[in-house]
Amino acid sequence: MMDLCDLSAIEINSLVRSRKVSAVEVLEASLQRIAAVDGVPGKVNGDPKAEADRVHAFITLTEKRARSQAEAVDKKLSAGEDPGPLAGVPLTVKDIFCVDGTPSTAASKILANFVAPYTATPVARMESAGAFMLGKVNLDEFTYGSSSESSAFQPAPRNPWDTSRVPGGSSGGSAAAVAAGESALSLGTDTAGSIRQPAAFCGVVGMKPTYGRVSRYGLIAFGSSLDCPGPVARTVSDAALMLRVMAGPDPRDATAANVSVPDYLNGLEKGIKGLRIGLSPEYFRITFFNAETGELDERELPAEIKAVVMRAAGRLAEMGADIVEDISMPHTRYGIPTYFAISRVEAASNLHRYDGVKYGYRTSEKVDDLRAMYRKTRGEGFGQQPKLRILMGMYVSAAQYSEQYYNRALRIRSLIRRDFDEAFDPQGKYRLQALLTPTTPTTAFPVADVYGDSVLMQYADQLTVPANHAGVPGISIPAGFDQDQLPIGIQLLGPDFSEEVLLRLGRTYEMATSEAEWRLKRPPVLG
Amino acid sequence: MNDEISREIFDHLVELAALELDPDETEYLREQLNNQLKAIHELEAIPLDAETPIASHGVPYSLEISAAVRPDEWEAYPNPEKIISQAPETSDGYVVVPEIPHTDLE
Repeated sequence: MMDLCDLSAIEINSLVRSRKVSAVEVLEASLQRIAAVDGVPGKVNGDPKAEADRVHAFITLTEKRARSQAEAVDKKLSAGEDPGPLAGVPLTVKDIFCVDGTPSTAASKILANFVAPYTATPVARMESAGAFMLGKVNLDEFTYGSSSESSAFQPAPRNPWDTSRVPGGSSGGSAAAVAAGESALSLGTDTAGSIRQPAAFCGVVGMKPTYGRVSRYGLIAFGSSLDCPGPVARTVSDAALMLRVMAGPDPRDATAANVSVPDYLNGLEKGIKGLRIGLSPEYFRITFFNAETGELDERELPAEIKAVVMRAAGRLAEMGADIVEDISMPHTRYGIPTYFAISRVEAASNLHRYDGVKYGYRTSEKVDDLRAMYRKTRGEGFGQQPKLRILMGMYVSAAQYSEQYYNRALRIRSLIRRDFDEAFDPQGKYRLQALLTPTTPTTAFPVADVYGDSVLMQYADQLTVPANHAGVPGISIPAGFDQDQLPIGIQLLGPDFSEEVLLRLGRTYEMATSEAEWRLKRPPVLG
Repeated sequence: MNDEISREIFDHLVELAALELDPDETEYLREQLNNQLKAIHELEAIPLDAETPIASHGVPYSLEISAAVRPDEWEAYPNPEKIISQAPETSDGYVVVPEIPHTDLE
């Protein structure tokens, strides 16, 4: 049965605006859904195995905040005022964004008691557009992972399509919450695939905008040259609406690009005739880390995922696009090795601020001096993933190794960018508007299958990370299921600031498959 | 096990990183670091010429799309108590820390 909370953000907004339902009624439906499916929220030292048949998307439910926001929308409507384009829309926020007055934990013990004194720009923009924030959702600690299992707040989120599987990560709570109808929209971040990969695993839409399209003000930093806030939604149109509200310059983030924001909703259905969409063989071969031999093995993409991508290409061709095969993207396989160097250096730098002095956790052990306090605080407060990233970042940027590792990676990043520049060059050989690829090398894997092997886990992002290095936008949209009834996502990548085209392609694909049988499936966790 | 990051190097990194580790996590962390380095070594297969530039980020920030420069003006924060109150230990608006290592000058 469809509840109010299963409607799209656009449908909800329209019902609320026309006063067929109140924002508070939407809130009640969302709270009921959360109570029905979510189970206990994640907490420090929580039991990872608690209620294994529940979603566990949340760390903090902010019911009071949501209620006062929903009431404010209803009051504005009564007074005849415009309540905004997201009025009455339930929103969740990955707990890596600061939101004034809420615990903003990064899913880490070191920030477990931190209450943010200000609100991140993308959240502020959505709240002032009338969305109500239901709460902060779980993630990998500091976003460092691809399964959400590394959260210090347990139980970690589970996949609504099969709760024995991970929802992906690091925006796992966001994707799971949206898939299970707990919120229509969720704000995630994508540094190597952390929006697109969980979106693919949970059968929802996730977009990594161009670097600089959405302000990072108030985002707890990981890889500052890679981090992109972006939308998680159930439909492409909702993602377009959310991006329109969030995007644009921000005097508080010097990297927020001074590029005007088009009305992404406007051209969504104007068709894709003549658009050139590429397929690259490099996105159909995948690398796996073999822990037994310690070697990186090349494999073919699983046949079911390949078939879904090829079928999608066929659909887009039927809708008028030109499919161009054999696009050469030769540096794709170096995305993860490059990322291992660059992201670790940036993470190590960003994590130095957590020292037990200004905010967050401080050791309760007796210490002789300040340095001992730093060491104990950080040793106790950080989990294994942040520790690994700090140590690797220090190693590859150390004076004697940085030329060999970090600087080399920065140069290879130029080559990864060049692959995209050549594919999208309007005067070039390929002249593409977009590249169509699988989003992930596998569908959602079982809980505990990969976690602990940091190399294998990182390779879950191998098809998404090149866009982060290049800065270009990408979107993952649901495109079918595998034989285990797990969602499969397809990815569209485009040149800088081409979100409008990617969204239009995504919306066109949605329309072309609106009658497909797989679109009727509902996550089993909904009962 | 590939020991590129030996125990000695590892201990040095831990010191630089200001981390105090449990003895039972050190071997796991060191093994993972060495595995990750194997992946990073893949990059050596790519021939690089001196002209290949460093990319500090993917999107080129032309003057046209760069954020406008703000005037460098001091502004009072409206509510400093809200920030100070987050500190683990404070006294009269100051943040309190343990003894700072120092040497007394003669």
